[in-house]
Amino acid sequence: MSFKRVVITGMGALTPVGNDVPTFWSNLVAGVSGAAPITRFDAEKFRTRFACEVKGLDVTNYIPRQEARKMDPFTQYAVIAADEAMKDAGFDADTLDLDKAGVIWGSGIGGLKTFEEEVMNYSENGRTPRFNPFFIPKMIVDSASGVLSIRYGFRGPNFITVSACASATNALIDAFNYIKLGLMNVCISGGSEAAVTIAGVGGFNALKALSERNDSPETASRPYDKDRDGFVLGEGGAAIILEELEHAKARGAKIYAEMIGAGMSSDAYHITAPHPEGLGAFIVMKNAVENAGIKPEDIDYINTHGTSTPIGDPQEIKAIEKFFGEHAYDLNISSTKSMTGHLLGGAGAIEAAACIMAIKDQVVPPTINHFTDDPEINPRLKLTFNKAEKRRVNVALSNTFGFGGHNASVVFKKYED
Amino acid sequence: MSAIAERVKQIIVEKLGVEESEVTPEANFQNDLGADSLDTVELIMEFEKEFNLSIPDDQAENIGTVGQAVAYLEENVK
Repeated sequence: MSFKRVVITGMGALTPVGNDVPTFWSNLVAGVSGAAPITRFDAEKFRTRFACEVKGLDVTNYIPRQEARKMDPFTQYAVIAADEAMKDAGFDADTLDLDKAGVIWGSGIGGLKTFEEEVMNYSENGRTPRFNPFFIPKMIVDSASGVLSIRYGFRGPNFITVSACASATNALIDAFNYIKLGLMNVCISGGSEAAVTIAGVGGFNALKALSERNDSPETASRPYDKDRDGFVLGEGGAAIILEELEHAKARGAKIYAEMIGAGMSSDAYHITAPHPEGLGAFIVMKNAVENAGIKPEDIDYINTHGTSTPIGDPQEIKAIEKFFGEHAYDLNISSTKSMTGHLLGGAGAIEAAACIMAIKDQVVPPTINHFTDDPEINPRLKLTFNKAEKRRVNVALSNTFGFGGHNASVVFKKYED
Repeated sequence: MSAIAERVKQIIVEKLGVEESEVTPEANFQNDLGADSLDTVELIMEFEKEFNLSIPDDQAENIGTVGQAVAYLEENVK
């Protein structure tokens, strides 16, 4: 059996820097920060009082109110992003084989706000066990893929991948492999997260994972800067339509790029800290490049995990230098989390979208907020500081690493027949 | 229309996303107003919250229409 080729034929995004793909991408290239004071709840007593929230969103413009209230925000984000991607892909409803169309979504946490509200309601009402009947179906993390399959009638493979901040990348990898194996023709993949909540911010604060630069939210996410002090929590998501190449060609679909490979690995080291020498990061990039059947020198751009934490950023860089050798200084590297914040389980989706757009437009989005060089980071590396860079982007790699030591990477290439 | 009936109507309009004109006394939550069994459970919970009472399950089972809800509440709300 020969493997099928997999291409990208539609995208949708709902992010802290734009509520659709064109706005998201133009703001990334322009170096716009999505960080601002938290509006989702009263964060006055929290150590971190800012985040990268989705802005100006009226969910009822996309989903009727009575449907929307049965969805946690992470599912609403999934629906909004997927609607844009489905429209972009332009399937013919009369001819699409729905039995061979799947949904494989990623989310790290799921319905955190729903869980919080129900439990707080319980404790505030004399602990009377009156829970909303929609509590469980709203909260469980797989509800996003379930809702999407119902919305579009996709009856193929349907599930959620959970690997913390690598979740959406794992979703893309599973979608890629199932199409490659001929198990489906089309898949809505990607991921979403909505963790800018009391428990989300409080929990990550307790881990000392978040930046506490409350006097300057927009400069707080500063990957590779000497004074970085933690990540900025983001929310939103992106949907990416993966399609079998011949299926896409037969219907004359617009093709953004080809997905050519994927890698997975585990640090097997610590539940939250990354391996100090970037061992898992090295292995995942090696696996991805080998799976793609290319040479390390073929990679033009790496969208790094680069969350802006003191210990996370250098280990990934060490792994890049070790794996790519001299080529590490020829390719461009950037962390778009400097603008979007960290979408946790949704990160891999918006960053895959950034890689795909970088290939389409031949431009590398910047790592903004670079003020002071970090002596731990080799200055020979092209980290695309502060300004987007026009360059050849034939092949792009996206890295994501999650608590638990999960690492997942995907490789996209300019489509050629 | 009683004050209770008016508040019941608002809750139903809000939760089920139906038009006020559809919320007639005879309207059945599931057959006429597009609710499923979970929506109905949620409606009962909303009535309990709004009117600050507790509706036992065996009583809740008998509330299938707008009129039945209003009648129950008019009788039991103090």
